[in-house]
Amino acid sequence: MEAVVASYLPIIIFLLVCIGIGAALLIAPFIVAYQSPDPEKLSAYECGFNAFDDARMKFDVRFYLVAILFIIFDLEVAFLFPWAVSFGELGMFGFWSMMVFLGVLTVGFIYEWRKGALEWD
Amino acid sequence: MLLTGIAAAFFYMFAFIAVASSVMVVVARNPVHSVLYLILTFFNASALFVLTGAEFLGMILLAVYVGAVAVLFLFVVMMLEVNRVTFRKGIAEYAPIGVLVGVVIAAQLLIVVVGQSLAIEPSGTPALPTPDPAARPNTAALGDILYTDYVYFFQIAGLVLLVAMIGAIVLTLRDPRPHIKRQNIGEQVARDPEKAVELVDVESGKGL
Amino acid sequence: MTAQELAQSLVIAAPELLIAIGAMALLMVGVFVRKESANAIVTSLTVALLVAALGWMVFFAPMGPAFGGAYVHDAFTFFMKMLVLIGSIVALVMSVGFAREEKFDRFEFPILIALSTLGMMLMVSADNLLSLYMALELQSLALYVIAAINRDSARSTEAGLKYFVLGALSSGMMLYGISLIYGFTGHIGFDEIAAAVTGGERSIGVLFGLVFLLTGLAFKISAVPFHMWTPDVYEGAPTPVTAFFAAAPKMAAMAMLVRVVMDAFQPVTADWQQIIVFISIASMVLGAFAAIGQRNIKRLMAYSSIGHMGYALVGLAAGTVAGVQGVMLYMAIYLAMTLGTFAFILAMRRKDEGNVEQISDLAGYASNNPLMAAILTALMFSLAGIPPLAGFWGKWYVFLAAVEAGLWPLAIIGVLSSVVGAYYYLRIVKIMWFDDAEGRFVAPAGELRLVMGASGVFVLAYIVFGGPIAAYAEAAARTFF
Repeated sequence: MEAVVASYLPIIIFLLVCIGIGAALLIAPFIVAYQSPDPEKLSAYECGFNAFDDARMKFDVRFYLVAILFIIFDLEVAFLFPWAVSFGELGMFGFWSMMVFLGVLTVGFIYEWRKGALEWD
Repeated sequence: MLLTGIAAAFFYMFAFIAVASSVMVVVARNPVHSVLYLILTFFNASALFVLTGAEFLGMILLAVYVGAVAVLFLFVVMMLEVNRVTFRKGIAEYAPIGVLVGVVIAAQLLIVVVGQSLAIEPSGTPALPTPDPAARPNTAALGDILYTDYVYFFQIAGLVLLVAMIGAIVLTLRDPRPHIKRQNIGEQVARDPEKAVELVDVESGKGL
Repeated sequence: MTAQELAQSLVIAAPELLIAIGAMALLMVGVFVRKESANAIVTSLTVALLVAALGWMVFFAPMGPAFGGAYVHDAFTFFMKMLVLIGSIVALVMSVGFAREEKFDRFEFPILIALSTLGMMLMVSADNLLSLYMALELQSLALYVIAAINRDSARSTEAGLKYFVLGALSSGMMLYGISLIYGFTGHIGFDEIAAAVTGGERSIGVLFGLVFLLTGLAFKISAVPFHMWTPDVYEGAPTPVTAFFAAAPKMAAMAMLVRVVMDAFQPVTADWQQIIVFISIASMVLGAFAAIGQRNIKRLMAYSSIGHMGYALVGLAAGTVAGVQGVMLYMAIYLAMTLGTFAFILAMRRKDEGNVEQISDLAGYASNNPLMAAILTALMFSLAGIPPLAGFWGKWYVFLAAVEAGLWPLAIIGVLSSVVGAYYYLRIVKIMWFDDAEGRFVAPAGELRLVMGASGVFVLAYIVFGGPIAAYAEAAARTFF
């Protein structure tokens, strides 16, 4: 267990360096830069008039469909990792087991395609 | 087994950040900030998985939850157009009940933990003990059994994903709107001059 | 698992395998045939598929454990799976006319029914906590979509969303319970858990796990206090979907609950018994009183189903052979009565208004169609538990088991609440026979008449053929002892 944790030392050092540089770049302007705060500087720029409304618009529901289909295939890929890692030990049983799993999702993929869920319009 | 030394220090750091950021998910004023705090919680939970030796789960948590589910949450927040003022309406009414439920559950868990003394040991030997990570890495250990011994669960997982796919399409996909002219590449390529051009003899003064 | 073990397992689980492969094949059929005829073709093929699975299970499937102890097929699962399949087939057949009229004739609907039926059969057969959870998720995910399938109706969408949010919450609680049980016993298999808690030596952690697990299961059978979703979902979902929800998933969830407590936690009967007694009393009482004020017949059936789950749990609370037998018979009788009643609700259709759902719409029905009214009257009497109809015998078995197990107060509360419950069933009969007619219903479709007739015959003649069913149920209940 300790060995596993110790093997992450490079990542910890990397993160610490990242945080250090990021913090330095954020803090440095407060110390050295010339500051003259004004609310207008933070307001949205509209050419010559005040902003009409919020920039946050409703998203189309189709983005959601794309995202959820992405998650499903993402999970499918997640199942492939351990399979690939221990592929040598699995033998034909493990191979065909994954082929059946992929077959089920391919059925789903064909369904998606034929329904036109992969087309934007 | 209690963690000791530097691992314990990291555990408490990640656990503290995870709890603090999940509190922030609930109390943040801006729903987008809530989602960002949720991502921070996922990161810390993933670090906790790594600390317990479940490296694969930690990485999957990042790939699936941070990479996909958090994005979906952002979409949902955008889609709902949550108004910041109405979003928090009623929280004062419900908060006491929520706190009460939380306290009750926390108290119950405390009774379990205290009643069992601090170190919780499974009472029996586990059905399938985790192999030593030095001998067999976590991911490979999962792969060794998931596709053969646990093939039943693996295939049901495939069917669950299939149902999710069908469900997402059934509930959100609309038929294409009729006024949109679609491009049919096959038809375009198959056009030839005979069909595309029509020559008509027009008698003068009559028109078509 | 070797290839040979897998082959043996697949033979035992052949009906499920058939449904899984068939559903995927039908999905392909659905997208490749012409859009206009897709629903009709896929629906009829799905019915054929489920009938084939039922036939295969009855005539060919051997019994025994499979998939390394994740799955088991025995006399109990045989009985409950038969109920699940009958419920699904009848609900699907009843949906045909309605789907056409109300324009939700999409070919995914029968496929989702088939996939959720597959989930239910796997739930019934689940023999460890992991397969229980996976099967439950397969079933639930399909049901959430089915509840919202009529997405142009705000009520249907709302029903789907409510069901999804509360269902996900209950799944989460159940998963938490499962992980506690695994953590404290070290096992997920029901037999191993039973061995780990033998002699009442269970840690308090296992007890917490059990409570969370029962909470999740109580949600799935809509027992009080986890029933809040039921009336809204029943009312909001399209009527054939409601009929399906009231029939098949209840069978599967109840079978799962019976197996969990009788198989995995039998050594600690005293622990779960008090929980089951509590939710049983609460469901019976709430089902009896809350239904009184209802105007919408689907909402009324929702409260009625909550009450009936309470009665079935009376048998489970006894924790004896007679008790399990009582639960099985009660579920079989409940299935027949519910399907018959929903066939009737689907037939409540006016020429100009379409389907109506108010109880007052039934006024004077007897003068328009005395035969149908007589069948509905029999069904209502049976739901109320009036002898010698089927509903009475269901209650008889569970109350007798409770009394034999020494649970007198439970049986008495059950009898009293069924007296209260009789009020609203009899009110429907009174409205039908003695109120002035408001308007005629169109003649019901052939399949609805068939279901109503079959269920009427079942209810009336149960006293004639109930003996062999009870004997089979008793033999099946012995598998747990």
